[in-house]
Amino acid sequence: MKSICLYFTVHQPIRLRKIRFFDIGNTDYCYDDHQNESILQKVTQNCYLPANKLLIQLINKHQGRFKVALSISGTAIDQFKIYAPQVIDSFKELAATGCVEFVAETYSHSLAAIKDTAEFKKQVKLNADAIESLFGERPTVFANTELIYSDEIGELVAEMGYRAILTEDPHHILKWRSPNYLYSNAINPSLAVLLNNDMLSNDIAYRFSDKNWDGWPLTAPKYVSWLNKFPEKEKIVNLFMNYETFGERQKSENGIFDFLNTLPSAVLRKSEFKFHTPSEVVANHQPISKLDVPKPFTCANGGKDLSTWLQNELQQEAFENLYELSESIEHCHDEQLLKDWQYLQTSDHFCYMCTKHHFNNVVHASCSPYDSPYEAFLNYMNVLNDFTIRLNRILNPKINLNKKEKAVV
Amino acid sequence: MKVLMFGWEFPPNISGGLGTACSGLTKGLYSLEDIEVTFVVPKVFGGEDASKVRLIGASDVPVTKLQIRIETSGKAIECIEVSSQLVPYVDPEDYYRQINYTVEHTRSLIETDIQRKLKFTGKYGPDLLSEIERYALVAIIIAQENQFDVIHAHDWLAYPAGIAAKQASGKPLVIHVHATDFDRSGGSVNPDVYAIEKRGMDAADKIITVSNLTKKIVIEKYGIDPAKVVTVYNAVEPYRHEKKGHSTKGFDEKVVTFLGRITHQKGPEYFIEAAKLILQKMDNVRFVMAGSGDMMNRMIRRVAQLKIADKFHFTGFLKGDDVYQLLHISDVYIMPSVSEPFGISPLEAMQAGVPVIISRQSGVAEILSNAIKIDFWDIEAMADAIYGIIKYPSISKNLSYNGRKESYNLKWVDSAQSVKKVYKSAISSQSKFLD
Repeated sequence: MKSICLYFTVHQPIRLRKIRFFDIGNTDYCYDDHQNESILQKVTQNCYLPANKLLIQLINKHQGRFKVALSISGTAIDQFKIYAPQVIDSFKELAATGCVEFVAETYSHSLAAIKDTAEFKKQVKLNADAIESLFGERPTVFANTELIYSDEIGELVAEMGYRAILTEDPHHILKWRSPNYLYSNAINPSLAVLLNNDMLSNDIAYRFSDKNWDGWPLTAPKYVSWLNKFPEKEKIVNLFMNYETFGERQKSENGIFDFLNTLPSAVLRKSEFKFHTPSEVVANHQPISKLDVPKPFTCANGGKDLSTWLQNELQQEAFENLYELSESIEHCHDEQLLKDWQYLQTSDHFCYMCTKHHFNNVVHASCSPYDSPYEAFLNYMNVLNDFTIRLNRILNPKINLNKKEKAVV
Repeated sequence: MKVLMFGWEFPPNISGGLGTACSGLTKGLYSLEDIEVTFVVPKVFGGEDASKVRLIGASDVPVTKLQIRIETSGKAIECIEVSSQLVPYVDPEDYYRQINYTVEHTRSLIETDIQRKLKFTGKYGPDLLSEIERYALVAIIIAQENQFDVIHAHDWLAYPAGIAAKQASGKPLVIHVHATDFDRSGGSVNPDVYAIEKRGMDAADKIITVSNLTKKIVIEKYGIDPAKVVTVYNAVEPYRHEKKGHSTKGFDEKVVTFLGRITHQKGPEYFIEAAKLILQKMDNVRFVMAGSGDMMNRMIRRVAQLKIADKFHFTGFLKGDDVYQLLHISDVYIMPSVSEPFGISPLEAMQAGVPVIISRQSGVAEILSNAIKIDFWDIEAMADAIYGIIKYPSISKNLSYNGRKESYNLKWVDSAQSVKKVYKSAISSQSKFLD
């Protein structure tokens, strides 16, 4: 049996408002509500509502033969609840079809997995709780932020009871081997590892509207003819991408919804592939071998490491400063501060500080609310300092400034 | 291709960015194989480096010719000097004031022959507009005596000379807008200057602007056909390290530097207000305002009023090595210009590895990635950026490293290539018209 597995990740960061250094210690709110609302509304109209509607139609039309997997970050859920509750309703409608598998991720779409194990576990649980309470089923499959994976991350996830993890194709490790098989975690083989076929995913997510690409214009029959070219032994094709691909990154007027609309029938009629959720892939296939990934990696943005988030000194200083607070946070029970702590960990904040964008990463640069990585850093540090002061006030009402602030003031 | 270029100052005797730009561009053009430039300057020289400058044939022509050798290419720039007292960055009233005390100093090289030949220009007086007219008349003679394919005139004092040379020779005219009176005056435009600028732009076959910001002003405020205007960004000459100063700071505080004329255009008052905000929050910092200008006394008073004079220092006008010494000890460089057509000086700071903050109202902001950009009036943003650079080593290190790399990639030879394209299109559009 051949399986095609579609997984879409839904995420929106909670963007920070401008905090000046003289505001440090004098604020109690650090989000740009106006910007967050307007972006969420825009993406809701361009993507979430029309894409959900189409998925429901396709599921109904194919009567159980079309299936997808979805993950929704906690920061996205929190914003849907405030700005676009109709999106939550339409995800519930999708859940009710029984053809959607919800996958867990970290609540704040964070990089905690590579820094703070306890925090990572907490966030995965938070997100799974939120998914369960909204959609009635507890996830058994996990997908990390930007599909970041290593042997240790896999082991942690297995320990938490997950059956499978979704990640990218580690070209630097697989080399000649194909991602179109099921693999297993190197430390704990009971965890299945599903690898993205990034070539085919990026044909949709990045190249779909590119008129200079020789695959343009991409149609469902053409796409299925590519699927049919894989050797008989390669039984699994995983297509993992951002949900915002549909209607936001790839515009409706370029035909992305038409493509999605015609893909299921083309696959079902013209190929041996069946649509499976990640859990079904695991149930229907045996892992071919262990996968050794000693260092955390992701292929997002064309790299094979985490350099988009944590390469330059700006990102490292901000990241170190943030996780220095982990210990203090354990003693904090203030609800607002704990929420802030989550939102400040969102990986997007670090992505905005990436200086690689300046030269080659148009996709991410266009998502940044800042003019430059330097401004992103300055504002983040002010917000973080302000947060630190608020945290210290609660933990120790007698001290108004933390050590660092004292040194310069 | 032979170019007859009219400028108004040439290093080392420069009073601002225009001379730096003319020199850089001329050197860039010289490194292109098929370009020859004859550079005409109205300003009297003094103290040129003798190894690079040679006077030739000064006796039998009404004007002085200089040859300036370009070290890198081995070719020479022919430099024609018209004795005159034109100085950049002035309006007619300013000129009167300046000329009254500079006249003795600059008179030494005035050629009496010129006056005999050009009878109607009477005597040198404190009248800038008749000076410009006279420069234009000399330009006619130069145009008649020299062979060239295109005329290139830099900024308003040279436009009339460019127009005159075009009329005398029939060759196409390219004018280069480094600034307009809207930038210099902050809105209260001098009608005489405006008229000269407008006439130059109308007469030009092609107009080069140093940024899109300036292009917009040329199109909107002077009513010029956008098709005639091309932006060519300036660049920066590589900083020569052997002259690097080794002076060390006599204090521990960080240094935040403003370097430029203390005039309305450069926004010095915003820098002072931002300094006040920072000094309310932190102590380990000093501010330096290097330069002079008509707002200097007002600025000193403001600093005293704010009671920050113990941390805010005025150095007066700095030249050459002193500039590098100051950059050497600076931790932040700031250019809060209200209206800056381009702004080469932040590039020099970046070469020295100093993190820079520039106003969005500057042309250079259009091309720089590794600089912090703020609106000139937004003193809070300015203070915030200064604070961040001082406080977090990572951003300072990053801006320094990436900024230096970026500034070294801005080369005059690339600007010269673009200028050459403009020459070609000016020549071909004119010959089309003649056909």
